[in-house]
Amino acid sequence: MDFQIALLLGQDGITNGAIYALLALALVLVFAVTRVIFIPQGEFVSYGALTLVMIQAGAIPATVWLLLGAGLLAAALDVRLALRAGQPGRLVRLVGWYVAYPLVLVALLYTLPVKDFPMIAQILFALAVVVPMGPLMYRLIYQPIAAAPVLVLLIVSVAVHVAMVGLGLLFFGAEGSRTPPFSDARFEMGPVMVSGQTIWVVVSSLVLIVALYQFFERTLYGKALRATAINRVGARLMGISPALAGRLTFFLAALIGALSGVLIAPITTIYYDTGFLIGLKGFVAAIVGGLGSYPLAAAGALLVGLLEAFSSFWASAHKEVIVFTLIIPVLLWRSLRGRHVEEEE
Amino acid sequence: MKLRTSVIAVLGMAFAAGAAHADINVGVTVSATGPAASLGIPEKNTIALMPTTIGGEKVNYIVLDDASDTTAAVKNTRKLISEDKVDIVLGSTVSPNSLAMIDVVAESGTPMISMAASARIVEPVDEKKRWVFKTPQNDAQMSTAIVEHMTNSGVKTVAFIGFADAYGEGWYEQFSSVADARKLKMVANERFNRNDTSVTGQVLKLMAARPDAILIAGSGTPAALPQKALKERGYTGKIYQTHGVANNDFLRVCGKDCEGTFLPAGPVLVASQLADSNPVKKSAIEYITKYEAAHGKGSVSTFGAHAWDAGVLLAAAAPEALKKAKPGTKEFRTALRDALENVKEVPAAHGIFTMSPTDHLGLDQRSRVMVQIQNGAWKLVQ
Repeated sequence: MDFQIALLLGQDGITNGAIYALLALALVLVFAVTRVIFIPQGEFVSYGALTLVMIQAGAIPATVWLLLGAGLLAAALDVRLALRAGQPGRLVRLVGWYVAYPLVLVALLYTLPVKDFPMIAQILFALAVVVPMGPLMYRLIYQPIAAAPVLVLLIVSVAVHVAMVGLGLLFFGAEGSRTPPFSDARFEMGPVMVSGQTIWVVVSSLVLIVALYQFFERTLYGKALRATAINRVGARLMGISPALAGRLTFFLAALIGALSGVLIAPITTIYYDTGFLIGLKGFVAAIVGGLGSYPLAAAGALLVGLLEAFSSFWASAHKEVIVFTLIIPVLLWRSLRGRHVEEEE
Repeated sequence: MKLRTSVIAVLGMAFAAGAAHADINVGVTVSATGPAASLGIPEKNTIALMPTTIGGEKVNYIVLDDASDTTAAVKNTRKLISEDKVDIVLGSTVSPNSLAMIDVVAESGTPMISMAASARIVEPVDEKKRWVFKTPQNDAQMSTAIVEHMTNSGVKTVAFIGFADAYGEGWYEQFSSVADARKLKMVANERFNRNDTSVTGQVLKLMAARPDAILIAGSGTPAALPQKALKERGYTGKIYQTHGVANNDFLRVCGKDCEGTFLPAGPVLVASQLADSNPVKKSAIEYITKYEAAHGKGSVSTFGAHAWDAGVLLAAAAPEALKKAKPGTKEFRTALRDALENVKEVPAAHGIFTMSPTDHLGLDQRSRVMVQIQNGAWKLVQ
């Protein structure tokens, strides 16, 4: 191995690490606010990327029907609740968001020549379809069991993951797809050629991380989420709705997932089940941060990415083994030095 | 309550018995979901095109999905044999599943035709495997075709990258032994996963060995990833793929990076380019016409054709067995097995089948051609 190979591998590791970092942040966020270990996080990667592929192919993305279906279900639930609570005024808003929004999306996708739009518009459309599934998922699946023990929430997450992979196969088919790169530019950095897409991935991840930081530090909603993460009951006493916090968290998680998918779709082939493995590596990174620390999780993601790149060079057959074995020493180290906290049930 | 259940049970048995005596029941387990779905879905589609009557008897197809999972395949097989009383089992899509099913079919004495590639499914023919047949070409046949093509075009050193699973390992074993015999030097051996998002490490290592040619052993669209990475890093040597990539989705995903790639494949892939004198041409085009009529132009793949060939074998053997016994009996299943073993010169989509007590695959040199990707299409190499 010479210096150039090491540089190339490092570049590869950082690119993948940036994506893992985003997913790790989302996992930490979701766990902190709602105590859900969010296994379906990876599915949003596949859904985001493959919805974009369908839009670019000029087809109506099948995911929009899922959005409409989930919207109708949520509307039925909430309209009933609103009527029972004697708040008919909320009806318009509920129906507007849950039903009218997906219908407007369908109408736009049918009537506009989205296929010929610039890439950025297509990406916005893909995000508009996939991201609202996050809050809807919280409303339909996690909100009714928000007070359940962590283990129950985990089991439900596994079920949601399996269901989403199955739906993914139905929507997108078994074969993979790619999207054209954002830019064909290539830059020479010393002895290494860096593709424009790699820079896009790394820079977008950084921008997103900074934006998240700003969101948590400076906005009311961000502070509300942080408060919920630190003390759920206390936050509730201060008038922060746990349902709102949950929906907002899932919105961010879905946004991060779908955006990651859109970012890597030009570099690699995305399948309906690709997201799971990416999400799992994000999870390893989040574990490095103890499912609590954002900077440690991001560092862990970089470590996972680099470890993966170098182990694929040295021992490609055992790459996954090496990456996932990382979790054992980390857990050992964490449980030896951290104080033991009993799970509050 | 008890009476009602028993009435229902009696009625149910009467229906089951009635169906069993009149019709040939074919049990199918394919991997229509899970990692092998890209192979299993066209196979499942093909089952719907198979003959509904053979020798005047109605044929019922009972299709189950095993989700590319070995346990599910075994469970499906048990269910098909014990509950549906099938006369023959078709499946499964992948080798691990098919290997696991052998015990079940041998125990009950039910013939089975696998659509998976591994030679170990039917070799050596022993007390259990005498019930098992398969339609896809052995990896050894395909390896020989690749090695022949390599040596003929002056390749001296070759590097290998394959799936980190049974498919990649099987290919490496077959290919390296054939290559060794022909004095072709293996200079690198790497693995990657179907779901990998990057193969940069492996590709750098392959290129550091400076091989004349690189063989990528993967199936479906995942096999495009190493090829795209090789082109991106500026590899200029020859690239070979295996017949596992022979579907149009691979061409779509790989795009211009796959121009010039060589691969061995069943003749059905380039059926319209075959010489009219080729005995496979007619039977291959028959399948393509039927499949494309049902699923649209360009939808056909070689994987579905393996399922089709299983149907062709069944249609060729069943009339013989019908002369000896009634469907639904043990005698019929035995007769069907014997008839399958005696199939001679049956033209199918992937070649001409001639079975024997020692050969339960029955394909010869006519079952493979070399193909090159030119202008985004498969082109027969003469």
